[in-house]
Amino acid sequence: MNSTEFKQTRQGYVDALIELALVDPDVVVLDSDVAKATKTCDFEALFPDRFFNCGVQEQNMMCVAAGLALEGFIPFATTFGVFASCRAGDQVRNAIAYPKLNVKIGATHCGISTGGDGASHQANEDIAIMRSFPNMTVLVPGDYEESRLATKAAARFTGPVYLRFGRDKYPVVPEIHDGFAIGKAKLLHEGEDVTIVTTGIMASEGLKAAGILAERGYSARVLHMPTVKPIDTEALLAAARGTRGIVTAEEHSIIGGLGEAVAGFVAEQHPTMVRRVGVRDTFGESGQAQELLDRYGLRAANIVAEALSVLQEY
Amino acid sequence: MQIVVRDQTDLALLKEKAREVRRRILTMVHRANSGHVGGSLSSVEILVALYYRLMRHDPRRPAWPERDRFILSKGHCTPVIYAVLADCGYFPMSDLRTFRRPGSHLQGHPYAPKTPGIEVSTGTLGLGLSTAAGMALGAKLRKQSHRYYVLCGDGEIQEGQIWEAAMFANKYHLDNLIAFVDRNYLQTDGHSEEIMPLDPLLPKWEAFGWRTCEIDGHDFAEIIEAVETAKGAPGKPTLIVARTVKGKGVSFMENVVGWHGTPPTREEYERAMKELEE
Repeated sequence: MNSTEFKQTRQGYVDALIELALVDPDVVVLDSDVAKATKTCDFEALFPDRFFNCGVQEQNMMCVAAGLALEGFIPFATTFGVFASCRAGDQVRNAIAYPKLNVKIGATHCGISTGGDGASHQANEDIAIMRSFPNMTVLVPGDYEESRLATKAAARFTGPVYLRFGRDKYPVVPEIHDGFAIGKAKLLHEGEDVTIVTTGIMASEGLKAAGILAERGYSARVLHMPTVKPIDTEALLAAARGTRGIVTAEEHSIIGGLGEAVAGFVAEQHPTMVRRVGVRDTFGESGQAQELLDRYGLRAANIVAEALSVLQEY
Repeated sequence: MQIVVRDQTDLALLKEKAREVRRRILTMVHRANSGHVGGSLSSVEILVALYYRLMRHDPRRPAWPERDRFILSKGHCTPVIYAVLADCGYFPMSDLRTFRRPGSHLQGHPYAPKTPGIEVSTGTLGLGLSTAAGMALGAKLRKQSHRYYVLCGDGEIQEGQIWEAAMFANKYHLDNLIAFVDRNYLQTDGHSEEIMPLDPLLPKWEAFGWRTCEIDGHDFAEIIEAVETAKGAPGKPTLIVARTVKGKGVSFMENVVGWHGTPPTREEYERAMKELEE
């Protein structure tokens, strides 16, 4: 009944790196002994002289990337999200963000869908950490193709960029394949009653939620924001003005992520009810990716429930 | 703002330059009433030897691609690098008066985007050596021949990341990387061997694949010889342990733990400046 195709977002990242390296000799890739997991091993196979495995040294890797950027290279420093944001947080803040160096951080295995490895490896705080650093751009693409587009956009952009990918295979969402402009939201579905704002893999759940709401007689706007920072304030302001409330959806903690970015902006500019779908203030646990998304409330049904509560209150 | 031409520089000139730099360090920190004197005074000869004798650089072209690069990994010692850069002509000497003031390009810790001559923004310890290693790798990829000089504090090498960088530089045979450890044995809270023992340093670095040597970090001839030897040693990065005296040049500051990050009072400043008169 369901013919949806599933693909890895991290594969979109590495496929883009290969495309980039073919045309730009300054593109180099670093990894920290997780190349088979992040898929940068595919890059290494084609460009062994432009791939640097730093071993289990995420902190050193971030600074080496900073050094390569200072010498004019476009380094993509790759590791798991927990290590990029927490283990090497000081290095990203002080060696990359502060001097605004042209380093791209490719973070895989982000979110609860990292699955069996459990809470230690499920980055649910990385968006919060990265968007709090001045000069940092934060991209959270939603499927394989958007990951590919986001990676290429990051290479064209001058300055530090955090790119967030998952471990699992995620639904392909054709609605988000129409280009990639950093800082621009994508309007996936027009609607007047409520706005669903998604980032990352929640795009597919947002679209499903809009379908369910339509069956109940509500028209939901779906705004996909693969750029969490800088947030598209124009699209948000239009949503706050044009609909009765906003529901955000992210595969990340409700603390400091997309939900807070949206709520913070509309609270100051056009006070609007905002409800957040995301991981509540809790650590995850081991399990299969899809069952964890159910268990931690990251589904269309959760978005619908929040949307209905917004609509019933106003 | 005079630039000493390297060929004409003799030891007497370097010593005179070191004395001037020490006076500027004290004035800067006294005026700001904030900053790190002890570790700046201990590394004066290393920086003077590098900038007035050993490094290929041109203050009129801070971004000249073929320049040698200096990276202050012990980022808190900005007074010594700012004094040297100003004297070389990277920015006006009068800027030193703005050290640590709002709006100044002379931040408490180095900030490369703002200050001409500063190559790498440092501050939290242990990052500079890794960044320099990344730069040195970049130069190798581009087949460039310039070198990277790094100054680490001895307390700084207690950071685990330093040893990550040491492994990395060995793996990629970064013989264009020459690092000094300012071995003054004092760190913020006390004597290094009591806070977190570091000795023996040379065998540690040798085990990590580096060429090493130990010198008197206040003796210009020894600094110059150590660097010239390092330049001629292919295949390996070089680590120079420079034995120094924290607070060097001011009798009441020498080897006193308290002079890590405390500015001198007016009376102390005047006494220190008197000691550093010709």
